[in-house]
Amino acid sequence: MTSKSRNWSMVALLAAVPLVAMPAFAQAGVEANYRWLTFTVFAAVIAVTMYVTYLAAKRVRSAADFYTAGGGVSGLQNGWAIAGDYLSAASFLGIAGLISLYGYDGFMYSVGWLVAYITVLLLIAEPCRNIGRYTLSDILAYRNDPQKTRIVGALSTITVSTFYLTAQMVGGGVLVKTLIGINYETSVIGVGILMLAYVLFGGMVATTWVQIIKAVLLVAASIVIVVLVWAPYGFSLPGFLADVVADPKVQARVASLLGDPAKAMSAAELGQRFLEPGLYFKAPIDQISLGMALVFGTAGLPHILMRFFTVRTAVQARRSVVWAMAIIGGFYVLTLFLGFGAAHLVGPVNIVAVDAGGNMASPLLAQYIGGGPDSFFGNFMLAFVSAVAFATIVAVVAGLVLASASAMAHDLFVGVIRAGKETSPRGQVLAARVATLIVGAMSIGIGIAAKGQNVAVLVGLAFAVAASANFPCVLLTLYWKRCNTGGIVAGMLIGTIVAVGLTLVSPNLTYPKAVKAAAHKVLEADTAKRAADSEALASGDAAAAAKATKDLAALDKADAKANADLAKWANEETSFMGLEKPLFELKNPGLISIPLGFLGVIFGSLLFRDRRAEQMWNEVYARQNTGLLVSKSVAH
Amino acid sequence: MANPNVVDWDAIIRDPRFQSLHRRKSIFLWGLMALSVVYYFLLPIGAAYYQHLFKVRVWGVVNVGLLFALSEFVVAWTIALVYSRKASQDFDRMAKEIAAEFGSSKPAREGVIV
Repeated sequence: MTSKSRNWSMVALLAAVPLVAMPAFAQAGVEANYRWLTFTVFAAVIAVTMYVTYLAAKRVRSAADFYTAGGGVSGLQNGWAIAGDYLSAASFLGIAGLISLYGYDGFMYSVGWLVAYITVLLLIAEPCRNIGRYTLSDILAYRNDPQKTRIVGALSTITVSTFYLTAQMVGGGVLVKTLIGINYETSVIGVGILMLAYVLFGGMVATTWVQIIKAVLLVAASIVIVVLVWAPYGFSLPGFLADVVADPKVQARVASLLGDPAKAMSAAELGQRFLEPGLYFKAPIDQISLGMALVFGTAGLPHILMRFFTVRTAVQARRSVVWAMAIIGGFYVLTLFLGFGAAHLVGPVNIVAVDAGGNMASPLLAQYIGGGPDSFFGNFMLAFVSAVAFATIVAVVAGLVLASASAMAHDLFVGVIRAGKETSPRGQVLAARVATLIVGAMSIGIGIAAKGQNVAVLVGLAFAVAASANFPCVLLTLYWKRCNTGGIVAGMLIGTIVAVGLTLVSPNLTYPKAVKAAAHKVLEADTAKRAADSEALASGDAAAAAKATKDLAALDKADAKANADLAKWANEETSFMGLEKPLFELKNPGLISIPLGFLGVIFGSLLFRDRRAEQMWNEVYARQNTGLLVSKSVAH
Repeated sequence: MANPNVVDWDAIIRDPRFQSLHRRKSIFLWGLMALSVVYYFLLPIGAAYYQHLFKVRVWGVVNVGLLFALSEFVVAWTIALVYSRKASQDFDRMAKEIAAEFGSSKPAREGVIV
């Protein structure tokens, strides 16, 4: 395709986006009077990113341009792009939501996401830059059998990226639906088409800029909200938190989370409890397992590793991570104020009313702080945060699709199927674009097919596979002389199978028998409570009667939910895997699967000794430390 | 494009300067790594098993647990800064010397895009 015809087809694709999105505004979301505002902000964000893509499309000529922006990204730019890639909807909206609903535990959860980058900084980023070229498998293939390692590396890249992608697509679809009233399928298709436009035409150059733009918008929006929330307290942390814990809405939330023990606590104690651990995480071992998956998994995420090939030297790779840590960490500190601010100003009950997972905490806070649902500025803030959320999904999905497409085109097609044959630069770019189309179409299909599924588990699973398969393989091929093809294949397979297998038999899945037992219990307990309430109604005491009426309404709601559960699972006794109860108690398999992944690499390497891999160790180790011949590796 | 075979990798590994770089880097990197992992896992362990300590109020309503979680950020940033300072002062210089002697390739150009 010539660059001119490419630009034209991009314009055609662009034109399709508003067509798809238009009728969607007919449903609920932002106040009807202000829908034009939402539309304007969205159009502005899309126009800017499309203009960048248009500029980028002219620069994509070779495979290196497509996969790594020709290595021409600076450390600072890459730092922002990593932050844009990493601050997915889950961390941008999810963590603020967790804090607004569960207080301290939500904030504690955010810490692991930052600490993860220490592993990337110290052990992974620089050697990967010095050894690799386009993909994770480049590193694995360097001193091993290129075909076998590329196959397992590509499969694992596609597995991890697909889990992550599905979670983003489904989460994003729901999010856009809630925020601006576009129906689910339309928003998945809209996200898919936009993302395809960026990646297909602009490759890594456009993806990088979309991620930078999104990260800057996200951080700017968060700073504005936090300043508005915090300024009335003269930027005093204890002053702000004192108001949060004194808030009856927060105290009522803690009381409802604690249940019976809350009856013995004073209002002040309940409020203070919001700043103490244990409202969300009940099993310590679960939390440690999740922490391991986060801290080691990030270093094995293919779309994050790929970002280090966009800079030219190890020094720039290091600078990227330091910038990324400053931005990501800074953002999580802001999240503390977003979350607690939303709990105080919006109130947990109102947040849950819009989205049970708390994902709407930040957007609702933005609306409140701007002046509420009836004001211009309030709706502008909501529209802006919604646009950022939309850009977030598109930017993260673009990075994931690029990682999967590179594994397909560069590793499987060029590296395995056409091994030993010369593939022209044009042919390589074409292969990359075809793979992008395939992955993009798949992601839209998966997004629509997975509608209504519980996808929260998928992000955890992506991190678990990355930590249990990719991380041990990359780490040991970089730092252990005896590591070889046998070890890589064994580690990849064992890590992936154990992580996925344990998740399938974990408490994350729905177990109809347990759900039904819980529903029956609720119904039985409610019958007793109803009797007590009827007595109170009959007693003639006005205050007691009012309370009883309120109780009865709550009971009706609980009963309706229990009955709905019973109806939903009426014909099923076992989970998706045919189990009545979980075989494995941890929600995240990291604690077991990460050590097994490492053992897989070690025993695989020792069982299938490979002299060539050991002979090449000097080259690998000298190169990763000196940066000699960087970007010129031709190991396939 | 330079031919990878022109670099004598074995000679680099044997070179005393590379040996010294390797030794200093290993101790530094794995030391910081161990420190960061231990410090990180103190947070979930503390939150689970030392709740009475985490609940102690030290600054208005701000308790030990909150300060400890905030300190995780400070420690992570400090480790990143300590490492990047050490690397740019020491490791980069040593690596450059070795690369200059054994490699024929010129240092890569750093650039910006668009």
